[in-house]
Amino acid sequence: MKILVAVKRAIDYNVKARPKADGSGVELANVKMSMNPFDEIAVEEAIRLQEAGKAGEIVAVSIGPAACQETLRTAMAMGADRGVLVQSDDEVQPLAVAKLLKAIVDREQPGLVICGKQAIDDDSNQTGQMLAGLLGWAQGTFACNVTPEGDTLAVKREVDGGLQSITLKLPAVVTADLRLNEPRYVKLPNIMKAKKKPLDTFAPADLGVDITPRLKTVKVAEPAARAGGVKVADVQELVAKLRNEAKVI
Amino acid sequence: MERESMEFDVVIVGGGPSGLACAIRLRQLAAERGEDLSVCLIEKGSEIGAHILSGAVMEPRALNELLPDWAAQGAPLNTPVTDDRFMFLTQSRAVRLPTPPQMENHGNFIVSLGNVCRWLGTQAESLGVDIYPGFAAAEVLFHDDGSVKGVATGDMGRAKDGSEGPNFAPGMELHARQTIFAEGCRGSLTKSLFERFKLRDGVDPQVYGIGIKELWEVQPDRHHQGQVTHTIGWPMDTQTYGGSWEYHLEDNLVSIGFVVGLNYSNPWISPFDEMQRFKTHPAVRETFAGARRVSYGARAISAGGFQAIPKLTFPGGLLVGDTAGFLNLPKIKGSHTAMKSGMTAAEAVFDLLTTGDKAGKEAVEYPTRLQTTWLWDELYRVRNIKPSFHWGLWPAVAYSALDTYLFRGKAPWTFHHHPDHESLKPAAECQPIDYPKPDGVLTFDKLSSVFLSNTNHEEDQPCHLTLRDPTVPTKLNLPVYAGPEQRFCPAGVYEYVGAVGSQELRINAQNCVHCKTCDIKDPSQNINWVTPEGGGGPNYPNM
Amino acid sequence: MTALVIAEHNNQSLNAATLNAVAAASQLSGGFDLLIAGHNCGAVADAAAQVAGVGKVLVADAPHYAHALAENLAPLVVSLAGNYTHLLTASTTNGKNVMPRVAAMLDVAQLSDIIGVVSDDTFVRPIYAGNVLSTVQSTDGIKVITVRTTGFDAVAATGGAGTIEAVAAQADAGLSTFVGEELTKSSRPELAAADIIVSGGRGLGSAENFAIIEKLADLLGAAVGASRAAVDAGYVPNDYQVGQTGKCVAPTLYIAVGISGAIQHLAGMKDSKVIVAINKDEEAPIFQVADYGLVGDLFKEVPALCEALAK
Repeated sequence: MKILVAVKRAIDYNVKARPKADGSGVELANVKMSMNPFDEIAVEEAIRLQEAGKAGEIVAVSIGPAACQETLRTAMAMGADRGVLVQSDDEVQPLAVAKLLKAIVDREQPGLVICGKQAIDDDSNQTGQMLAGLLGWAQGTFACNVTPEGDTLAVKREVDGGLQSITLKLPAVVTADLRLNEPRYVKLPNIMKAKKKPLDTFAPADLGVDITPRLKTVKVAEPAARAGGVKVADVQELVAKLRNEAKVI
Repeated sequence: MERESMEFDVVIVGGGPSGLACAIRLRQLAAERGEDLSVCLIEKGSEIGAHILSGAVMEPRALNELLPDWAAQGAPLNTPVTDDRFMFLTQSRAVRLPTPPQMENHGNFIVSLGNVCRWLGTQAESLGVDIYPGFAAAEVLFHDDGSVKGVATGDMGRAKDGSEGPNFAPGMELHARQTIFAEGCRGSLTKSLFERFKLRDGVDPQVYGIGIKELWEVQPDRHHQGQVTHTIGWPMDTQTYGGSWEYHLEDNLVSIGFVVGLNYSNPWISPFDEMQRFKTHPAVRETFAGARRVSYGARAISAGGFQAIPKLTFPGGLLVGDTAGFLNLPKIKGSHTAMKSGMTAAEAVFDLLTTGDKAGKEAVEYPTRLQTTWLWDELYRVRNIKPSFHWGLWPAVAYSALDTYLFRGKAPWTFHHHPDHESLKPAAECQPIDYPKPDGVLTFDKLSSVFLSNTNHEEDQPCHLTLRDPTVPTKLNLPVYAGPEQRFCPAGVYEYVGAVGSQELRINAQNCVHCKTCDIKDPSQNINWVTPEGGGGPNYPNM
Repeated sequence: MTALVIAEHNNQSLNAATLNAVAAASQLSGGFDLLIAGHNCGAVADAAAQVAGVGKVLVADAPHYAHALAENLAPLVVSLAGNYTHLLTASTTNGKNVMPRVAAMLDVAQLSDIIGVVSDDTFVRPIYAGNVLSTVQSTDGIKVITVRTTGFDAVAATGGAGTIEAVAAQADAGLSTFVGEELTKSSRPELAAADIIVSGGRGLGSAENFAIIEKLADLLGAAVGASRAAVDAGYVPNDYQVGQTGKCVAPTLYIAVGISGAIQHLAGMKDSKVIVAINKDEEAPIFQVADYGLVGDLFKEVPALCEALAK
C-alpha cells in the first residue's frame, strides 16, 4: 500500500505570529518556518506503517512556494521515499489544496493519504476532510491510532469527551492528532541522503486545478487585550457569580 | 556508546558571520584552484540567524572583499547610515557630544545581522557548503596524539534525568582535517579548548559586556530611516561601563539596545532593568510613542580587544570571530572583524590542507596573516580605550580622546583587564537599586520579553545550565551577593524560590536565550553553560 | 435567505453546543432551520422545535445516521443545501469532521471556527492559535461555517415553535463503520477538549498539594491543568501544562489557582470564556485577565469553594 503524506510549510510553532501594521496579513519575512507539527506526526505514522511492513512507498506532497522543498526534504530525511511539490507563490486555500492533492492522488493511486489534522497557521482543519469528500473516500479524522486490517483500516479518533473507534474501507484519508505518535528526530546522515531523493515539481495549471481563492481576507489584527473583571470577596460570592451571572456552572 | 561518524575536510562550528565567511571563502578558494574540499557547518539554532543578535551597524569592508557583488546578490544591507549622533545623558537631559571617530558610520549600513547571516547562509549553500542548523556541537573529539579530530553533536531525546527517552537519537561524530570554532562570544567548546591547549597563557583575561536589544515598530512620524544614535551616561553610574544604541532601519523598525560592561561591581545591578529604565529617558521615550515592541533578545559580547586575543590555533583546529574576541568595542562592531578573521583563517586552512599535509596539523599561518590585515591594526589602535574605563566615565572619555587624537592609538603602553567575575562586591557594601515597575507599554518584565524572543527548549532534557557545585548558590551567591544571577540573567532563568531562610535556586532552563552572561559573571564561575538539544533557544526574527 | 444549522446530539438530547451555533445563525439576516440527522432521534427533534427562533426542524432518521459518520452525513447535508445560503454547525469534533466534506462536495470554501459575524458574508475567526484574528469574506454562494461555541452566547433552548418535517435519508455510503466509543466518564476529560479546567501553579507548593486541585476539578467535572512553573517544579507531568509550549486551551470556565500569570500561561488560556483567579498576591498579573478574582490563601479558599459547590 502506497501512502501519500501531505506536508505544509508553516510558521514555526515557537514563533509568535504578528499581524502587519497595515492589517494585510501576518509578518512572515525572516521568520522561522517549519513543517506543520501535525504533518510531522502524519509523516511519522506513514514511516511507522512502512517499518511495520504495512506500507510500501511513502510520497510526501507539499503545496506552496519553492521553499516548500525544504519541508519535503525534511519529510524525506525522516523517511519518506520521494517528494512532490506543487509550486505556487499565490495563496492556496484549503479547498484548492484538496483539489491539488486529489490530482496528485489520481496520478499516484495511493491506498492511504495521511494529513495533519490542521495547520497551525490558518487553523482551518479542513484539507483532509475536503480531500476525502472530493475523492469519495472514507475519512478518519483526529486519529490517535491507525491499524490496517486487510482492505480496511481501524482508526481510533479523539472526539469530544473520549475516543471513538471506526473502521474505514480503504483507500481512505486519515488526519493525525497530537497523540498519534511522537515524531522522531531527524539524523544528520539522513538529511544528506534526503538531498538525493527524487523530488518532482508541478504547477497547479499542470494539474488542471484552478486555485483562485474563495475567501478574501479583509483584515487581520491582534485580539483586543482581555480586560480584568471584578474581585470577589469570598467563595460564596464567586459561586453565586459563576452560577447566576456567568452561568458557566 | 557507539556513535555514527561522518568525514569532512573542514567542520565549522557555528553559523554566524565568522563561520559563514570562513565557509564561503573556503569554497571560493576550492572553486578557484580546482580542489574539492568538503565543508560542513553546524549551527545550534533552529536555522541560520535564529541565534544571531546584534545592533547592528555593519561596516561592509569584509563583505566587499568576500562577495564584492553583494548588492546585486540581494544582501540585506538596505539602510545606509545617514545621520550619526552621540549623546551624553543625565537623568533628564541629553547633551550632544562630538562623535568619536570610531563611531563615525559614514558608508556603513544599519542591518539585521540575523538577516545578513540568513543571506550568507544561502550564499554558502550555493557554493556547496553543507549547512546543518539544529545541531549543537556538544563535545570536542581528539586524536590519540591530542590533536582535534572534530566534534560530536549532542544527543537528542535524553530525558531530564539523563536517561534515554523513547525517541532517543545519539549524537553524531563529525571528523575533520581542520575544525573551526566560530561559536561567538564565550563559546562553550572554545572555553574547554582554552584550558586544554593553554590558549590564554600570557594574554589578558577576556572581558565582556551584555547587550540587550529590542526591536520596535514605531509610528512613521517618529521614524528617521538611517539615523544612528549612541548614548553614554544615565542610567549608568560613572563607575559602570555602559551605553545605548538606537538605529532606525527600514519599514518603521527601530533597534534599541543597551550594553552594560560585565565588570560592574554592584550586585544589585540588573542589565535588563537598566535597559528598561533607559527607555524612560525623555530624549528616548518620544521615539516610542504609539509604537509596538516586536522582538527582544540579549547576547554577551567580548570587550577585551587586542590584549585579550588568545592563541588562535592548535593542532587540528582554530578559532575565528567573537569566540576569539575580535570585536572592536569603541566601534561597538564585530561583524566585519569576525568575517575578516573567518576569511583569513579560510585562506590559511586552504593552503594547509591542499599542500599535502596530513590531518592534525596546525594552521600557524592564520595568526601570521591576520597580523598583516586591517583587522589587526584596527584592534591595536583602540586597545586602551575600554581598559581606561576602569577609572570611571569622565577620566576614560578624556583618556580616550587623548589616546585617539594625540597618539592615534599608538601610545607606547597597553592597559590590562581584570576578569569580570571577580569584580562583584558583597551586596551589603552596595546600594540596592530601585528600578521602576514595568508599565507594559514602554517598559516590560523579563518573561513577557523572553516571550518575544520565541525561545523554547524541549522540556524533558537535562538542564544545560550546569552547576559545578550545587551548594554554591545558597552558600555563597545568595548570602553574599544577594543572588546576582537573578539580575544578570536577562531571561529570568535563575530564580530563588521558597520562604526567606530556606530559599533555593530554581533554574528555568527553558527560558535561556543563550547569551552566556551567567557563564561569565557568576562570581565563583560555578555556572557552566553547555549546549542544550540542537534547535533549542531563541528563534530571533530580524534581530 | 435562510441558514441550516446541523444539530449535534446523541439521539436522545440536543448537545448544548448547538445552541451556540444557532446563536451565530441568529445574527444573520435570514431565519434558520435545524437539521437532526440520527437514528430514533424523535426526542431530539422535539427538543429542537423548542429552540428559540427556529423555523423548520428537518429530521432524517436512519440507522446509518446514528453516529454522525461524515461519509453518510455529508451527502444528506449536500442534498438539502440548495435551499440554504448558510450551513452552520458547532466546532465540535463532529462538526469539524463533517463540514469540510460538505463544503468540498459543494465546491465552496469553509469558514472554520468563527467567533464573530460581521455581515452575511463576512466573519471573524481566530488564526495562529488565537493570537491573530482574521476577518474573512466569502465569495461563495453557500457559506459553510463552523462556529466556535465560546464565541457566541447560547440561545434559549425553549420558547421556539419549529415545525418538524421529515426529510428523505440518503443511502448508506458504506465507506465507514462505527465500532465503539470510550467516553471518559470516570476519569477526567482531556485538557484540550474540556469545558472546564482547573489549573494549579507554583502556589501549590508541592505535588501532594495538587490533590486539592484535583478534588475541585472532580467536583466540576473539569480537566486538570498546570502552569509551566508547576510542571518545572515537578508537581505534575508535562502534559498538564497550559501555555506557550504546552497546550492552548479555550474552555468555558478556567480556574487558575496559585498561578501568577506569566505571559506564556496567559497566551495559552486567554481565549477561555470565563477566567477565575485565586491567588494570595493581589498584584499577580493573572488578575489583569480574570473575570473574577479572589485574593486569598488557596489552601483556605479552594476547600471552601469545594464546600460551596457541593451544596
